[in-house]
Amino acid sequence: MLPLFIRSIKFLVGGAFIFVLGLALFGTISGWVQDPPKETAEEAMHHHPKELRLPSDGPLGKFDNQQLQRGFLVFEKVCASCHSLSLVSFRDLQQIGYSEAEVKKIAKDWPIKQPVQDPKAGTWGERDNLASDRFPKVYYPGTGTPPDLSLITKARHGGPAYVYSLLTGYSEKPSAEALAHFPEFAKTPDGMHFNPYFANLNIAMPPPLTADDQVTFSDGTRATVDQMAQDVSAFLVWTAEPTMQRRHAAGVAVVLFLLIATGLAYGAYLTVWRGVKH
Amino acid sequence: MSFPWARHYEPKNPLTQWIDSRLPLPRFVYNAVGAGYPVPRNLNYFWNFGVLAGVALVVQIVTGIVLAMHFHSSAAGAFDSINGTIMRDVNAGWFLRFAHANGASMFLLVVYIHIFRGLYYGSYKAPREMVWLIGVVIFLLLMATAFMGYVLPWGQMSFWGAQVITGFFSAIPVVGEWIRIWLLGGYAPDDAALNRFFSLHYLLPFVIAGAVILHIWALHIPGSSNPTGVEVKGEQDTVPFHPYYTAKDGFGVGVFLILFSTLIFFFPDLLGHPDNYIPANPLSTPAHIVPEWYFWPFYAILRAFTANFILEAKLWGVVAMFGSIILLFFLPWLDKSPVRSANYRPMYRVAFWVLVLDVLVLGYCGGSAATPGIVVLSQICAAYYFAHFLIIVPIISRLERPKPLPNSITEAVLAGKSGSRMTETAVSA
Amino acid sequence: MATPGDDLPPDATVGPGGEVLENPRRRDYLTIAAVSFAGVGAGVTVLPLINSMNPSADVLALSTTELDVSAIEPGQAIKASFRKQPLFVRNLTQKEQDEANAVPVSSLRDPQTLKDRTKEGHANWLITLGVCTHLGCVPLGAGEGENRGPFGGYFCPCHGSAYDTAGRIRQGPAPKNLEVPNYEFTSPTVVVVG
Repeated sequence: MLPLFIRSIKFLVGGAFIFVLGLALFGTISGWVQDPPKETAEEAMHHHPKELRLPSDGPLGKFDNQQLQRGFLVFEKVCASCHSLSLVSFRDLQQIGYSEAEVKKIAKDWPIKQPVQDPKAGTWGERDNLASDRFPKVYYPGTGTPPDLSLITKARHGGPAYVYSLLTGYSEKPSAEALAHFPEFAKTPDGMHFNPYFANLNIAMPPPLTADDQVTFSDGTRATVDQMAQDVSAFLVWTAEPTMQRRHAAGVAVVLFLLIATGLAYGAYLTVWRGVKH
Repeated sequence: MSFPWARHYEPKNPLTQWIDSRLPLPRFVYNAVGAGYPVPRNLNYFWNFGVLAGVALVVQIVTGIVLAMHFHSSAAGAFDSINGTIMRDVNAGWFLRFAHANGASMFLLVVYIHIFRGLYYGSYKAPREMVWLIGVVIFLLLMATAFMGYVLPWGQMSFWGAQVITGFFSAIPVVGEWIRIWLLGGYAPDDAALNRFFSLHYLLPFVIAGAVILHIWALHIPGSSNPTGVEVKGEQDTVPFHPYYTAKDGFGVGVFLILFSTLIFFFPDLLGHPDNYIPANPLSTPAHIVPEWYFWPFYAILRAFTANFILEAKLWGVVAMFGSIILLFFLPWLDKSPVRSANYRPMYRVAFWVLVLDVLVLGYCGGSAATPGIVVLSQICAAYYFAHFLIIVPIISRLERPKPLPNSITEAVLAGKSGSRMTETAVSA
Repeated sequence: MATPGDDLPPDATVGPGGEVLENPRRRDYLTIAAVSFAGVGAGVTVLPLINSMNPSADVLALSTTELDVSAIEPGQAIKASFRKQPLFVRNLTQKEQDEANAVPVSSLRDPQTLKDRTKEGHANWLITLGVCTHLGCVPLGAGEGENRGPFGGYFCPCHGSAYDTAGRIRQGPAPKNLEVPNYEFTSPTVVVVG
């Protein structure tokens, strides 16, 4: 009796798992049939990001410093009052073509200062930013928590296209058909704004880019809303990974080297095995 | 160990003779992965993956040691030290970080192919059970190390991954909650958990390296298996590991590095999740928690158990998820067929490819949001997974009539039927 | 072990199954090339690993320090931090300057005049690293009431090196004068070090 039990224990264990899974399967299917999942408002109204083409796209993408500087201007004049950029340092701006003196000036004039504690009195004061400082954190008192933008194009599906779509998506309203299903979206709650590119559809951020020429680009580019949105998205690709262009360049060299080395290794393999059937 | 015709290490100059008589380490290496190890001559490219796994382990240890020099193991500083300092300011830090993060994926990819190679060619069968058992231990250690490493950046997925995985233990009746709190050193993941994960993440790779040495040692007792599954009969069946397989592995390492470099330099975030670029926030769970891709099949098994039956559904899920790996320990005794290679086992070969498909579908389910359709699919596939190992394979190994085996490896090679191409036989199956 | 192939021509070799192989020289070139590439690749891969241990960009960015010295009275000194090392800024009295200038330079272990160690027009400002040139301890003498040693400058308690009012080594094991970093007065009261 016992040896038979030991020999069939595998079937008992396997049968137990399969039985419980069968029960679960029955439960899932009957739940599915009795209470089929309804379309959610997000499924009905959420849009995937619009297409956005940037010079940094693709495995060989490069940064366009002119565009990044325009994007930085948009960030400085529009975004920076609410959003932090706390992983980026002022000195990093030299990588997008600002001179050391310009960076020092940008840092010194930055409206949000660095907090410093007086070592004797223990009180907190502030000092001007230095080039070596990170961008100071912004403390936002209003509704919602504006996310830090340092990594935003890596932290959202769609990356820069998401940022661009969100910034230019405030004008799109829910379709009449969708509103018939979800009448609560006819009126956006106070302090919220409808935006079909935002995961929850209603976003606390008011439209940040409202009119053409909200900023003035020094390179003569016309600051349309669309242009500003593109440029700040490009800038945020750079903040997310300032070393990206170096990575691409290094990758080309490394992969070419490896292709040659692997070709040689294949040749060596063939010659070592020459005449040996295998 | 090894075969009588194995070449012997003969140090030529006085220095190597002096070393050999005092610490025969070069002799040890010569016999392990040098000309002193006779290997079947008919190994196919699937036999490259053991060496590739070793290469991946070395890559992870080397990049990891350097990264640890810059990492701040604290809930307040971890995210910033990786995404701020290492990625931006440390010289070549971005390269090290991307190499280490994608190296984990490459390691698991290589190990999965290595495991399925073993399943197809019956490498787990006598006299190689011990090689297989140590291999399963390595796999478990590897998964633990990969999980703890994923926690270290302290992004949203890191944090909630730590929360969910330690939550498994709370499924244990009576003491579960106490174990969870003990593992975390608190009520939720925080500094204590992060620091112990970092400590263990640094320790375990060296434990893995030790287990790898045992794995290779155990392999060298019977010698390597081969695509026919027929044991080596004589000298004509083997070639010395060096230069024959060192040359072949050199080529394999080149291909591995090309794929690896393409990931590092051109698609470093392809296998990651955007949410892990958001700093951990204990007050807000991401909409859709998924582990890294290499855990997806197991995650799907965990989520497939949604019904209470004697035990709670949660406990069934945890037991089944761990059970799905633990049962691999018993595989050498579940599969009683004396024939090793699936090339000569028509029924097992079908079951094997269904299992591959099953695990791929489970992986797809584990990576998707748990809609009813996905849950149904994972329940069916999880059931097949257990059925394969616990019911189908034991029954097949009794019923099946294997095809005639070649008399020797050399005979198979000279007849052009070395069975060295797993994919072709798959198509014919 | 049998050695098949004893009676073969010297440039042929034998495969493991006993097959006679052709001239192996061709294989050598490819193998040597492949191994060389692997060696170069491994060597180049080590570079970023080593380079990552050099000071990172955020550390290098802190390599200048700006100091306001207006609050330091003659005879007083302050300790500041420069590249995470202590920096001594001392406002020398006329008496201390005279003492330093009275020492015959040729008698010194590390011959330097006070003028060599200060900036023109700012002869009263002695700015040195607070790192003993013996083994790196911080000498006493910059803080209020600390032992300035037998020569009125700085005194290192670790192994008894004594420095004079120009920060020059006068007694004890240290081989060199306290190091004077690069600095510049950007205004009469502001110094940029580094």
